[in-house]
Amino acid sequence: MTAGLDEALLRSLTPQVLGVLVRRGADFAAAEDAVQEALVEAWRAWPDGAPRDPKGWLVTVAWRKFLDATRADAARRRREEAPDVAPEPAPAVDDTLQLYFLCAHPSLTASSAVALTLRAVGGLTTRQIAQAYLVPESTMAQRISRAKRTVSDVRFDQPGEVATVVRVLYLVFNEGYSGDVDLAAEAIRLTRQLAAVMDHPEVSGLLALMLLHHARRAARKTSEGRLVPLAEQDRGRWDTRLIAEGVEILQAALARDRLGEFQAQAAIAALHADALVAEETDWVQILEWYDELVRLTGSPVVRLNRAVAVGEADGARAGLAALAELEDSLPRYAAVAAYLHERDGDLAAAARLYADAAVHASDLAEREHLLRQAARLNARPSS
Amino acid sequence: MAKYLLLKHYRGAPVPAGFVPMDQWTPDEVSAHMQYMRDFADRLKESGEFVDAQALSPEGTFVRYDGAGRPPVTDGPFAETKDVIAGWMVIDVDGYDRALELAGELSAAPGKGGEPIHEWLELRPFMSEAPTVTE
Repeated sequence: MTAGLDEALLRSLTPQVLGVLVRRGADFAAAEDAVQEALVEAWRAWPDGAPRDPKGWLVTVAWRKFLDATRADAARRRREEAPDVAPEPAPAVDDTLQLYFLCAHPSLTASSAVALTLRAVGGLTTRQIAQAYLVPESTMAQRISRAKRTVSDVRFDQPGEVATVVRVLYLVFNEGYSGDVDLAAEAIRLTRQLAAVMDHPEVSGLLALMLLHHARRAARKTSEGRLVPLAEQDRGRWDTRLIAEGVEILQAALARDRLGEFQAQAAIAALHADALVAEETDWVQILEWYDELVRLTGSPVVRLNRAVAVGEADGARAGLAALAELEDSLPRYAAVAAYLHERDGDLAAAARLYADAAVHASDLAEREHLLRQAARLNARPSS
Repeated sequence: MAKYLLLKHYRGAPVPAGFVPMDQWTPDEVSAHMQYMRDFADRLKESGEFVDAQALSPEGTFVRYDGAGRPPVTDGPFAETKDVIAGWMVIDVDGYDRALELAGELSAAPGKGGEPIHEWLELRPFMSEAPTVTE
C-alpha cells in the first residue's frame, strides 16, 4: 500500500462520490465503474496524502471518467446528453443516504442487497466480499452486477424505507467474522455513517445493538473457538467503552418515543451489559422488553427467547409453561427446553433435550456447546 | 446467505418410478441430459448462486484405522447396499425455499424420451458460522 494514502478516508468518500454521480444522472452501474477508476487514479496521484478537498477531487475525476466512458459508447449517446439537459437538482437529502436506500431496495434479494451495499456504500472490493461470504469471486461479481441492473431503473430521488436499510445492515453484522474482512466491524462503520446523515430512532437502535453485542465479542468464545454462554462470560473482557457508547445512543433514541424492534433488542442487550455478575441481571425488566418485542414483531423466535426470560424472572416452571405455548419445531426450541428442564432439576430430561438440540443446531460452535452440555449431565455420578 | 449441498447418487437414493438406466437411453438423450445440467449450472453462475460442482467416480473405498503399526483396513469396492455419490453441487441462496426450487429444477433434467427423470436429489444445508447475535 502507498504510504500516506488514507484507505479509510477513501472508503468513506466512495459512497458520497457515487451518490453525486448518480444524482447528476449517471446510470448506477456506469457511475460505480467511474468511481472505481477514480479511486485507482487517487491511488496513483496521492502518494503524499490526500489533496485539500479529496471529495471534490474524486467527484471531478469520476465524472470525467463517466463522461469519457459514455462518449466512447456511441449507443449511449442519448444518455451522454441527459446530464447536460437536466439541471443539477439541489440535494434534498444527503447523497450517501440515497445510496443506502438504493442498495437496500426491496426489488433486491437479501443477499444481493447485502453485496451491493458492501460494494457501493462500503467500498469493499468484490474479492473481499466474496471471501467474507465464502463464495467464488465470479459468483459475487455476478450477484453484484445483477443487483446493479435490478436497481438501474430505480429513480434516485425516491426515498426508500428505513426498515429495509436497517435490515440489510443487520444482516451484514450478523454474518459474523469469517474471511479477511470483519463484517461486524464493517456493519458498525456503515451504520455509524448512516446515523450521521439520518436522524431515525431505529437507526440509532440498530447502532446501539451492534455496539452492545460487539462489546462482548472477546468474551463470547474461548481461544479454541468454544462458545461461552452469556452467564459464564468473563465480564472483565467486555469493552466498557463500547457499552457506554451503545447505552448513550440507545437512551437518546428511546427518548424520542418511537419504539422499534432494534431499540427493544438493544435495551435487552443493555440490561445484560449492565450486570457486573450474571446473577445481578435484571430479568424482570428484560422480560418487559421481550413483551414489547413480541408486541412489535409477533415473531415466534422472540417468544422463544421470552420463555428463557420468563424462566429467569419467574422460575423454571413458569418458563416451561411459556414454552409449552410454542411450536416445538422452532429453531433452538429443544435447547431452551433443555436449559429450563435443567434449572427445574430434571437432569435426565435436560440431557436428552441437549442431545436432541445438538442434532438440530445449525452452526458448529453451537452444536459442540450443546453436545458438551449433554455430556456434562450424562457424566454426572448416578445417585 | 445460506449454502446447500445438492447430492446426486449413483445408488442409495430412492428409485423414481419408471426409472431407465442411462446406458439404455439414446446418445442424443444422454447429450440432452448433460446439456441440461450444464445449462443449469450456467444459470446459477449468472444469478450469483453458484459455489461449486464436481462429479465423482463411482469407484470408492471405505478406509478404517486398524490399530497402531498396522495398515489401514480397506473395504471396497462398494457392496451393492452402500450409497454411492455421483457428484455434488454447492449453491449459495437466499433461503431454503429457493434451494428447494433449484433442487426440483435439477431433478427435472430430461431422460429417456426427453421426459424429466424425476431423480431424487439429496438437499443438505451447510453448518454455518455462529451468527454474531445469538443470546
